[in-house]
This record gives sequence, C-alpha cells and structure tokens, in this order.
Amino acid sequence: MKRFLLFLPLLVAVVVGVFLFKGIGKDPTKLDSALVGKPVPAFTLKDLQSPENTLNESLFRGDITLLNVWGTWCPSCRDEHDDLMWLANEKKVAIIGLNYKDSRDDALVWLDKLGDPYSTVIYDPKGTLGFDLGVYGAPETFVIDASGVVRYRHVGVVNTRVWEQVLLPVIEEARENG
Amino acid sequence: MYPELGQLALILALLLAVLLSVVPLVGSLTGRDNLQAFARPLAAGMFVFVGLSFAVLAHAFLTDDFSVAYVANNSNSMLPWYYKFSAVWGGHEGSLLLWILMLTGWTMAVAIFSRRLPSVMISQVLSVLGMVSVGFILFIVVTSNPFDRLLPNVPADGADLNPLLQDFGLIVHPPMLYMGYVGFAVAFAFAIAALINGRLDAAWARWSRPWTTVAWAFLSVGIALGSWWAYYELGWGGWWFWDPVENASLLPWLSGTALMHSLAVTEKRGVFKSWTVLLAIVTFSLSLLGTFLVRSGVLTSVHAFASDPERGTFLLALLAFTIIASLVLYAFRAPVVHVRSRYGSLSREIFLLLNNVLLVSATLLVAVGTLYPLVLDFFELGKISIGEPFFNLTFSPLAVAAGLLLGVGTFSRWKKTDAGWLARKLLWPLAASTLISTAVMVIYGGFSPWAFLGVFAAVWVTTTTFWDLWDKSSSKKGRIHGLKRQSRSYYGMVLGHLGLAITMAGATIVSNYGIERDVRMVPGDVAEVGDYQFRFIDIGERQGQNFTAQYGSFEVMLDGEPVAELHPEKRQYAVGMSVMTEADIDGGLFRDIFVAVGERISDNAWAIRLQYKPLIRWLWLGALFMAAGGFLAISDRRYRIRERVVRPSARSSHSPSAQKGPQDAAGAIT
Repeated sequence: MKRFLLFLPLLVAVVVGVFLFKGIGKDPTKLDSALVGKPVPAFTLKDLQSPENTLNESLFRGDITLLNVWGTWCPSCRDEHDDLMWLANEKKVAIIGLNYKDSRDDALVWLDKLGDPYSTVIYDPKGTLGFDLGVYGAPETFVIDASGVVRYRHVGVVNTRVWEQVLLPVIEEARENG
Repeated sequence: MYPELGQLALILALLLAVLLSVVPLVGSLTGRDNLQAFARPLAAGMFVFVGLSFAVLAHAFLTDDFSVAYVANNSNSMLPWYYKFSAVWGGHEGSLLLWILMLTGWTMAVAIFSRRLPSVMISQVLSVLGMVSVGFILFIVVTSNPFDRLLPNVPADGADLNPLLQDFGLIVHPPMLYMGYVGFAVAFAFAIAALINGRLDAAWARWSRPWTTVAWAFLSVGIALGSWWAYYELGWGGWWFWDPVENASLLPWLSGTALMHSLAVTEKRGVFKSWTVLLAIVTFSLSLLGTFLVRSGVLTSVHAFASDPERGTFLLALLAFTIIASLVLYAFRAPVVHVRSRYGSLSREIFLLLNNVLLVSATLLVAVGTLYPLVLDFFELGKISIGEPFFNLTFSPLAVAAGLLLGVGTFSRWKKTDAGWLARKLLWPLAASTLISTAVMVIYGGFSPWAFLGVFAAVWVTTTTFWDLWDKSSSKKGRIHGLKRQSRSYYGMVLGHLGLAITMAGATIVSNYGIERDVRMVPGDVAEVGDYQFRFIDIGERQGQNFTAQYGSFEVMLDGEPVAELHPEKRQYAVGMSVMTEADIDGGLFRDIFVAVGERISDNAWAIRLQYKPLIRWLWLGALFMAAGGFLAISDRRYRIRERVVRPSARSSHSPSAQKGPQDAAGAIT
C-alpha cells in the first residue's frame, strides 16, 4: 500500500503531461469563441456610471457595436485605452464597455482620469457575463452586429493596426450582410 | 566557415554527452574502475566543445555575420557591442545554447569540486547530468540550430534585437535565471544517483546541499532581476504580474526553497528521505516545465517568444522522458520504511515539515493558477481568467503564515523543544513586532488588515532572527567572541531569513501604500502625488545610437523643495519601427518616484503616469540578501574541508561546531 503511494507523483506528472500535450500548437491568442454567430447571452447587470439602471442584452440591438472587456487591474487595458478613445472620438465607433471583475470606484476614477470612450459600461464585478461570453482575460473585444449577434472575438489589445486589418473588415462585412 | 565549426563542436559535444551518460554508469554498475575514470574527462570535453560553439556564435554576433539566420533575426549593425553580445541569448536558439552551456558548466563544476566523493557516486551523478545534456543538445541540433545559414542571399543588415531586450537587465537576467534552473539539475542528478544505488543517507543530503543552495541563490537573483527589469522597462511600474512565464520561474524557486530546508533535516536527522528525494526531482522537473512553458507558447504571456509546435512537442517529449523515468525509479526505489527517529511535536523537524507544507502548497497554488486555463481548455469547459486577484488573495496568506512559522521555528531545537521555554522566547519579539508594525501603520497613514499582517510578519522574522543571534552569541569571553564563534552557514541562514523579511516588507508596503496617478498634462502643469508635486516643464527630442526619442522634462518637488529632475522617454527604434516607453525613476532606499510618458492626447497634452513607490527597492534588496546568504552558507568550512569520506552508514555528519549540547542542539539548521 505504501509503495502504491510512491506512484502518485508519477500519475500526477502523466496527467499534467497530457494537458500540456494537448495545448501544443494551439495559438492561445486565437481563441475561437463558441459564441460567434450566436446572440449575446442573456444577462441582467447594473450600469457602471448610473447604478440605478439595469442593463440587459437588448442593449446590443439596433447598431453595430464593439463590446470591450476591461478592468483597472489589467495593464494592457491601460495600453489600449488611448486607442479606444481615438476610435470613439475620431472614428465614431459605438463601444460598449464590460467592466470585468473590478471595483466600481476604481473604474469610475479610471474613466474620469483617462477619458470615457464607452457609450455605456456594463458593470460585471463577479464576471458572470464575462463567463458566459467565454472571456479568457482582459482585454478582449467582440464585434456585435445590429441584431445582437456576435460576429467576431478579438483577444488582446486593440490598436490602429488591429482596427484597420481585423475589426474594420468584420464590421464592414456585418454592415453589408445586415 | 566559423559557424560550421560551431555546429560541428555541438555535434561533438553531443557524442561526448552520449558517452558520458553510458560509460561511467556502466562502470559503476559493474564495478569497473577504468570505466568510471572516464567520467571527469568526458565532462570536461563536453563543456569545452559547448563553450567553443557558444564562442563561435558570440563571434558571429560581434562581427555582424548576417549570413547566419539567427544573427540576422536578432541583431543589427547599429547595435552597441554589448547588446550584440547579449543578443546571443535574445532569441530561442541562442538562449537554448546558453542553457546548455550552463548545464555543461555545472557538470564540469561537479567533476572538479567532488574529488572526495566515492567514485561510484560521482560516476553516476555525472552520467545522469550527461543524460540531461544529451536531451538538450539533441534538441538544439535537431530543432533549433543557431548556426543555420541564409545562403546565398545574405541580408545587408539584421532585423534588430527586440527593443524591450536592449537593456542592461537583459544582459544579466537570463544567465542568472538559467544558472538557477540548470543548477537544480545537480541536485536532481544526486537524487537519481542515490536512488540507483539505494544510498539515500545523510551523506547524500550533505553532498547535495551546497549545490542546491547555490542554484537557489542564482535563481533568487535571476527572479529579482526579472522583476526589476519589468518594473523599469515595461513602462507601467508593476513589479510582478503573475504572468505564466514569471510563475514558471517562481515554481522551482518555491520548491527549491522547500528542498533546501528538507535537505537540512535529512542531513542532520536522517528523516524525510523519500520526501527530500521527491522534492529534488520535482524541483528540477519544474525548471524543465518552466523552460517548456516559455518555449512552447501553450500559454499567453507578455514574454512574446515565437511558438513552434515541433519544438514544443520535442521539448515535451524530453520533459516526459526525464520526469517519467525519474518518477518510475522513485516509485520503485524510494525507501518505504521510514527511519524511526523520534521527534516531538514542537521539534525543529516538525517546524521544517510545516515549512515544507506551506512552500509546497504555495507551489501547487501557483502551478494550478498557471495551468488551470490549459486544463479547462482541454475539457472544453470554456475559458476563465485567473489573474492577479486570485494569486494575491491566495498567496498572501501563505506568505504571512510562512513568515510567522519561521519566527517560531528559529528558536526550536532538534528532537524536542520545551513549550514553555519557546513561549517565553517569543514574548519579546511578539511585543516588538506589534509595536513596530503599529508604528509603521501610523507613519504610512492608514490601516488595512493585510498591510498590518504583512509588516508584522516581516518584523517578526527580523526580531526573532536577531533575538536568536543574540542568544547564540552570548559567551563568557564576550559578545565579539560569541559572534565570531557562529558558523558561516548560520550567518547564511540569518542573511537569508532577513532577506525574506526585507522582501516581504517591501512587497507589503509598496502594494498597500504606493500611489499611481494617470493624468493628462500640458507643459507647465503641476500634478500632486502624495506629498510630491510634479511639474511638467517641456518635451524635447533627442537622437540615440539606434533610436530617436521624445523626452519629457519633469521637476519633482517635496513640499516646494526640488528633489529631482526626471526625463522619461518615448523611443522610436529605427529598425522595425517599434515604440518603447522608457520611464525615468528617481530611486531611493525608501521610495521611488516614477514618471512615464504615454500617448499624446492632443497637440501639446500628454497622458502621463506618475507614481510614488515606497520601499519598492526592498523587494530586490531582499533577494540579494537571500542570495548572499546562500553563497555565505556554502563557504562554510565543513564544505571545504573533507578530510575523510563520510561513510554511508555514518548517519551523524555533524560539523565540528555542532557537537551535542544544549547550545548546539538549537544550532543552525544549516
């Protein structure tokens, strides 16, 4: 019996090895979302800036929007913030923010100081909507068409290059099809 | 012509490694001395040829030989010479070669410094190191040859070294880190050799200890350098991101720390043998896992190394072979029947066991946090993020608990400690720690439970360590005599524990009382951060050797008195057109002032990040203390003077200063 226990580390190592093996060759930044082509999952969450307002999935009806997942704890979000400001101000893109696993006070201070590129910010402190969307980590940006269907998921920072080469073509296609 | 010589040298080194992994081992198993005698010359030959190949690659970099693909991808004729040299390990192939150079270097060191070991033992240790070398040299020769040529179309100039890596930190960080990673290979080889010949005894633990300690000290410095580099180079002032690659370096450090302590028990008391040998295997496995995680790209990370499925698969196969083979050997050979050595519930053995429990829990925690996304992905359960909040929440309690335990354990004695005596010992440190931590809370203005606990643990470790030193150094011949009488390994322990306290204090204070402000500023604006005022004077341009930069000028004042003038930069590198933020920092022992320039918001307005970082330098200072402690401990006489070979049956391998007696029963665990 005691000898059997000594085999335990071996067992653990083999199991971990299988997971590692399956991970090889998958590009971790290219996470295909099971949600592409499906509507945004149903949710009921508060508005970040006006806590008395409750938001739900109907928020995404009517216009093509970007859904940007961010948090003040995420250094890369700070990185992309200036680019989001540029998208909102110069390109007039409607961006809905999903404040993910964050505290309301920190988030408000952040928007106050760095500027607010979002038309609305959904406050998701427990990460429930983030979980339904399959968010891996912030920042992530989803392209959602006028009927509230997820068209694309981008993991990582949005900048001018990503906008021009990745997001804009998706949006244009969504516009044509919509 | 030279690059081909480099490749040839690598292939010769591979052949020597194959011989080294077979010949001495066969000699030791069949008892033929003439075969065992090959161990040292083969180890030396392997080192020389790998060194030669490394020199050839360095030469190619320094002479801008862009016909070598690796040089063309990672260097540029405009680079200053020292970055050309450090660019040798700026990419995958070269850093792997550096890894191998260190591995063969450690092998060589074992061959040189272990003359007093029994020939059977040393043959087996060197053979095991030879096997590890075979794996890695094969890896580089088959999948990642650094000497591949770009012929006949030789590029006119190279693609440049990633600007992030053009920095002093990168010159020294990888070599230190690799010294640590690879150094654990020696502890691993000793463990495997001990399992092969079934001699897991005090002598084995004693031989392993200095090697483990040195590797651990290098790893401590390597991690600290990485954190320091991230702090001033990545531009946002964080010092630890719980990034998979950072975690990969922390994992072997945590289990290596556990290994050092459990080796102490095995050497002194002959217990925990199976556990110690398992830790030695696990620590090296985690080093390999770290290498794999960085090189295979299975996890997202700020360390953007190119990922290549072929390399990942090869490396995993190597990892699997090493780990499975050693764990199978462990499962069959590790002693099941423990030595019945009696120790009480308050003995030093128990405290060190608890230390191991905490450190291994921390290791598991970090491992789970790092690998969890992979596991979920495997089961297609979707992906959730495990970020800083998870680690901060779970790691901090373990760190505080380890600190508190350390304080109590410092006074404990082997076999049995009197509970009342121990409690009386702890009274003064308890009072002092409470008082000092309260004072710190008042000075920094603001109480939070975690800040208090963190500071308390740090002060607790410090006071108990000094109290113990005071106790031990009391002598009839005076205090100085008493202090001199303590062994170097005891002082090593003192330094290491103080280093831990310093790092804990730094981490706690900077996390709880640091101030960060992101502001929009135009020249002439003044912003306040804590008691400091920052005046944005103007923004100018300058030309560097291989970049142009816009730099801001900031005057920092404390209550109206000028403190420093800082010039943070935004650099535009000519080759590759990448932009880098260079923060400017006014450093100090008690606080750093940090300014970074972000994006231009409008014509003359800029996003500026201003930070006040109290005690941040303590983080790295503590690591230097720990490393210094490690080096001091191995310079102890008992490792240098080995007049007699310790017989395997001799369980007691006490140093001359550790004779039996109440004083020394409480002696250093070193």
